[in-house]
Amino acid sequence: MTIPIVWYLVLAAVLFCIGTFGALTRRSGIAIFLSIELMLNAANLTLVAYSRIHGDSAGQMFVFFALAVAAAEAAVGLGLFISIFRLRHTIDVNRLNQLRW
Amino acid sequence: MILTPTILAALAMIGLWLVAVISVAPVMLWLERRAPAFMQDRLGPNRLGPLGLFQAIADVLKFIFKEDVNPAGADRLLYLLAPTVGFVASLLTYVVIPFGPEVTIAGHTFPLVVIDSDAGMLLFLALASLGVYGLVLAGYSSDNKWSLMGGIRASAQMVSYELALTIAVVAALVPSGSLNLSRVVDHQIASQLLGFLPAWNVFTQPLGFLVFLVAAFAETNRLPFDLPEAESELVAGYHTEYGGLRLALFYMGEYQSMAILSALGATLFFGGWSIPGVDAAAAGAWIAALPVVGPILGPGLGTALFGFSVLLVKTYIALFIFIWVRWTFPRFRYDQLMRLGWKVLLPLALLNFVAVAALAVAGKI
Amino acid sequence: MLLIVFSLLAGAAVGSAIVVVLHRNPVVSTMSLVVTLVATAGLFVMLGSPFLAALQILLYTGAILVLFLFVIMLLNVRRERTAVTHASGMLVGAGVCAVVFAGAVVRLFWAAYSETTVAPLQADSVSLIVVARELFSTYLLPFEMIGLLLLVAVVAASWVAQKGEAVESPKPPAHGDPR
Repeated sequence: MTIPIVWYLVLAAVLFCIGTFGALTRRSGIAIFLSIELMLNAANLTLVAYSRIHGDSAGQMFVFFALAVAAAEAAVGLGLFISIFRLRHTIDVNRLNQLRW
Repeated sequence: MILTPTILAALAMIGLWLVAVISVAPVMLWLERRAPAFMQDRLGPNRLGPLGLFQAIADVLKFIFKEDVNPAGADRLLYLLAPTVGFVASLLTYVVIPFGPEVTIAGHTFPLVVIDSDAGMLLFLALASLGVYGLVLAGYSSDNKWSLMGGIRASAQMVSYELALTIAVVAALVPSGSLNLSRVVDHQIASQLLGFLPAWNVFTQPLGFLVFLVAAFAETNRLPFDLPEAESELVAGYHTEYGGLRLALFYMGEYQSMAILSALGATLFFGGWSIPGVDAAAAGAWIAALPVVGPILGPGLGTALFGFSVLLVKTYIALFIFIWVRWTFPRFRYDQLMRLGWKVLLPLALLNFVAVAALAVAGKI
Repeated sequence: MLLIVFSLLAGAAVGSAIVVVLHRNPVVSTMSLVVTLVATAGLFVMLGSPFLAALQILLYTGAILVLFLFVIMLLNVRRERTAVTHASGMLVGAGVCAVVFAGAVVRLFWAAYSETTVAPLQADSVSLIVVARELFSTYLLPFEMIGLLLLVAVVAASWVAQKGEAVESPKPPAHGDPR
């Protein structure tokens, strides 16, 4: 049997929500970042499933660009983490709660 | 699961490759000691068996019987996972390397490659990039400053040289216009340069081959790029805290990735499973005409055997070059290593790629 | 057969995602994300796009997550006492939000696409040649912009992460120093 395409969409939705829960409740900045990557991945899966439904390559091209953007964002975000860590010696987001120090 | 002939053929090819790749380690264990010994005007191990060939068995037995020491502060899961990841990642990558043309065995026709995909080279690069995790996890989980330093250096080195390797590989794919390695080999067989040379990519893009060679040394952490496991500086780098069978897994993973990169280099630059002037089907027929084994094998299997043997010979020549270079050059310092990777190899690889693309558009290649 | 493969991949993806979100050790979280991404790459192959699967493994797990591990090792991020925040309000709120959102989206998808069937794949759903041609014709502008974006990201990341000059907190006065 072939897998009904809606199962891929449901799986992507579940992954997205697990990622959302992680991004909202984790304390370590790195873990929040990992949860955000999880959400991006779920969105990519949805796009590819849609591309399959409509037979259009636009979904897969979108994923191609989304991968590149995720790479750029990861690089800059981790650079920011290093910089913050040098200043505050922590990446616990509950302690990074001052705009000015 | 239905065992169709295609699946059976794929399983047989996987078995063949597994035997070949895993047996590289014992051969290299022996070769790594005898060859440099002769280069250094001494003899090397020659006590165990004829020519010291059983040295590998002795080494394996020693690894098995060593005491299993686990560092107290090590993260158990990651510490146990690291050598496995390195070993498995290098075993996943041979599936796209072809070792013959299309053959017909028992009435079924199939190409002599496990996965015949039009994105084959991309799969290879993707699976090869998973090997970094073995080093990184080993360095981190060992609870040891020297291992951590070795792990950080190893991951940075491998990621940097992967770029130059990928661009050199892509340049080698341009003449054949396909990511499928079977097409690359077919293109190299199809024509001739200057009337007598086979159209191997090493003749049309020597700079690309040089970049690939240097990047392959760096990818497998072999001298002159073996700072992550530098014996004289970091004790043993990222595998300081490993002993016994786990260390054996690391070494086997390293030898296997050397063998796979050698096979890839042979396929991309030296015509893979072909010998210039010898037709694979004719070779298969010649093998099928041999007195005892001929009728059992038949022409299809004969072609497969011929192609695989040629590829294996080329791979072992490349492995000998790996050993040769190891025992000839001193080690790069880490900043020299990174500067070479980013400021020298990457621009050279890009230059090579632009030149090859221009020649291909002009119709010369 | 396809059902077994899909169940394995989906189970691995969801299980590893839960480990990513709930484990205390950041390195184990990262490795679980590796498993999730590889499982998703397998799902991409099942959806007919081995090109994207290879790209995902090559870029995401082979480069981006290695960068994550690098930073974790450099900053020596320790395993935490508890993975998630103490504030129970936040936990409950996030849980409810995630469940409600998941429920709503799944209901929407089910209503819209539960009847849709797609023809079984004969070859890749989008061949590599088509992707290459489209990348340089229809999507040329995004392609060039991605190049510019990556350049900007490289410059920005290397500038942000460099050591600043006078950004450390002022040192305590030396012994006997009147200041």
